[in-house]
Amino acid sequence: MQNNNTLISLRNISVEFDGQKVLDRISLDISDKEFVTLLGPSGCGKTTTLRIIGGFVDPTEGDIFFDGKKINGLPPHKRQVNTVFQRYALFPHLNVYENVEFGLKINKIPEEERRKRVKEMLALVNLRGFELRRVGNLSGGQQQRVAIARALVNHPRVLLLDEPLGALDLKLRKEMQIELKRIQKQLEITFLYVTHDQEEALTMSDRVVVMRDGEILQIGSPTDIYNEPVNAYVADFIGESNIIDGIMREDYFVEFAGKMLPCTDSGFGKNMPVDVVIRPEDWEISEDGKGQFNGVVESTIFKGVHFENIVDAGNIKFMVHTTQEHQPGSRIGLSIIPDYIHIMHKMGKDETLELGALAADSLLTDEEEAASEEE
Amino acid sequence: MRSRITAAPYLLWAVLFIVIPLVLVAVFAFTNTGGGFTLENFKNSADYAPVIFNSIWLSMIATAICLVIAYPLAYVISRRSAGSQRTMIMLIMLPMWMNFLLRTYAWMTLLENNGLINKLLGFLGLGPFEMINTQGAVVLGMVYNYLPFMILPLYSVMVKIENSLVEAASDLGCSASDTMKHVLLPLSMPGVTTGIIMVFVPSVSTFVISRMLGGGSFMLIGDLIEMQFLGNAYNPNLGAAISMVLMFIILICMALTNLFKDPEEKEGLLL
Ligand SMILES: Nc1ncnc2c1ncn2[C@@H]1O[C@H](COP(=O)(O)OP(=O)(O)OP(=O)(O)O)[C@@H](O)[C@H]1O
Ligand SMILES: [Mg+2]
Repeated sequence: MQNNNTLISLRNISVEFDGQKVLDRISLDISDKEFVTLLGPSGCGKTTTLRIIGGFVDPTEGDIFFDGKKINGLPPHKRQVNTVFQRYALFPHLNVYENVEFGLKINKIPEEERRKRVKEMLALVNLRGFELRRVGNLSGGQQQRVAIARALVNHPRVLLLDEPLGALDLKLRKEMQIELKRIQKQLEITFLYVTHDQEEALTMSDRVVVMRDGEILQIGSPTDIYNEPVNAYVADFIGESNIIDGIMREDYFVEFAGKMLPCTDSGFGKNMPVDVVIRPEDWEISEDGKGQFNGVVESTIFKGVHFENIVDAGNIKFMVHTTQEHQPGSRIGLSIIPDYIHIMHKMGKDETLELGALAADSLLTDEEEAASEEE
Repeated sequence: MRSRITAAPYLLWAVLFIVIPLVLVAVFAFTNTGGGFTLENFKNSADYAPVIFNSIWLSMIATAICLVIAYPLAYVISRRSAGSQRTMIMLIMLPMWMNFLLRTYAWMTLLENNGLINKLLGFLGLGPFEMINTQGAVVLGMVYNYLPFMILPLYSVMVKIENSLVEAASDLGCSASDTMKHVLLPLSMPGVTTGIIMVFVPSVSTFVISRMLGGGSFMLIGDLIEMQFLGNAYNPNLGAAISMVLMFIILICMALTNLFKDPEEKEGLLL
């Protein structure tokens, strides 16, 4: 895994707080100039992972390497890393300008250059004219942008961003996403980004790390994660999905909802119970009677760019996204091409219902059970 | 209008117990025994300049020692869990529940030539040291009695400094001493000035501590004033004049410490 480009490397990191395991043997390599996003539900350990790299938490077990050197226990001010904190942590006794200037001043950058860089950075985050404002009087979104500017102005090798756009409205958030991505490319800074907005993760990142309960479930490019989720949990978290019980009758044939359909997966063994994942936008709509499934539109909600329909196909209900409106009560046909049928190893049923509420271990045991059943 | 009516009791209180006594003191200070106007009292109080300077000097030392002890202590307490913060603040206030005279008496017996400390040192073959009736003993008394007044205001501003600010500072390259200089000190300044005033003012006007631990061998302003009113040097006019000088000194002190304050954080003074 480790190539010469690796800048940060986490090796079997575990963290415990008061005997409670918060991170469980996670390993992650981040390349130089890469944009990596940690994605996962609240409390899964995203902030803790950042704090380990920032130097604010010492791992209970495991090692962390920066540029090939082990940096366990190295204090934060000696790391070439800056952080945009989840709760901003702006200095209340300084105004906007002084907050942004802080790191440059500490690192004894000459006055002339400091002024230039702070000005540039404030323009970048749309806060020109706010220089002399006290940070306490700013709105949440404005504070957040000051926090971004304060970290970014130092041109660190690595920038850790903990939900840096959480307090912004949708429009500003989209703008800042593009801006941050541009800055990252231009300054060639490695970004480790935390969000629980899957769309943000997929649009901005080179690689996405999906976490749950202190474990990493999957690491991959946005398209990998979206198209080839390792299990129904990731599939569900990364975008809305129909997760259906199915049985892999043989290679390339899966049975679910009373139908035997061709698919592109193999190697599961005969008559293996699996999870079938179908994205709501992947259905093909046809006239009633012409689909692989046919059913009644039970409800429909307008979602801005598409309609979200629940279709009752007799013994099963599917979520279907359409661009055309279908009146509730009308009948339509649904079909799916083999490429869009994603087959996954089975997880416990309640796990899919209560996302992340269960110990992550059960995932492993399920897979192990599945493996033993295969024989 | 409403606010004026509700403020009336406080106004009355202020007039009765603050303004009138002050005016009385001023009247005494500017009159002679016959009741005629004079500046003689102030001229005479100049004779006691060494006493005044000595008082200020000892109080400054005591205040500085309190600050040095209290600052790190308050910081450490403020970083503990809520429960242990409460316990530690309780422990710090505990001695204050005991009578002031009693506390100071306790130090007398400890510091005496054949007191507890010298006895213990004697077992080790050291001493005896002359501790009671020295300026050091007086400073010790001031520090011991007024230290909580330094710790409490410092603690109350420091609990409000979030740990994330300390983390942000070190994230941006601050060593521990940089963080101290650029973040903790500026943010805790209101507590520092309040603490300084709360320790300096009672120290500079105390007379019990110098009498009991200094053995009366060197006077402080407090002793001087007390002597003029209750002692054998009975001269209330001179006493009032010296009191006014003392008040003037304290006002200057407060103005000086206020200079260090940010205009927005002036309310720290009221803590
Ligand atoms: N200092 C601490 N002491 C005790 N428990 C902690 C501490 N910091 C974090 N935790 C616990 O560790 C777990 C992971 O926390 P973390 O802040 O990393 O979650 P997160 O993924 O960032 O969540 P969110 O999206 O809500 O910010 C949580 O259960 C949290 O309660
Ligand atoms: Mg977090």
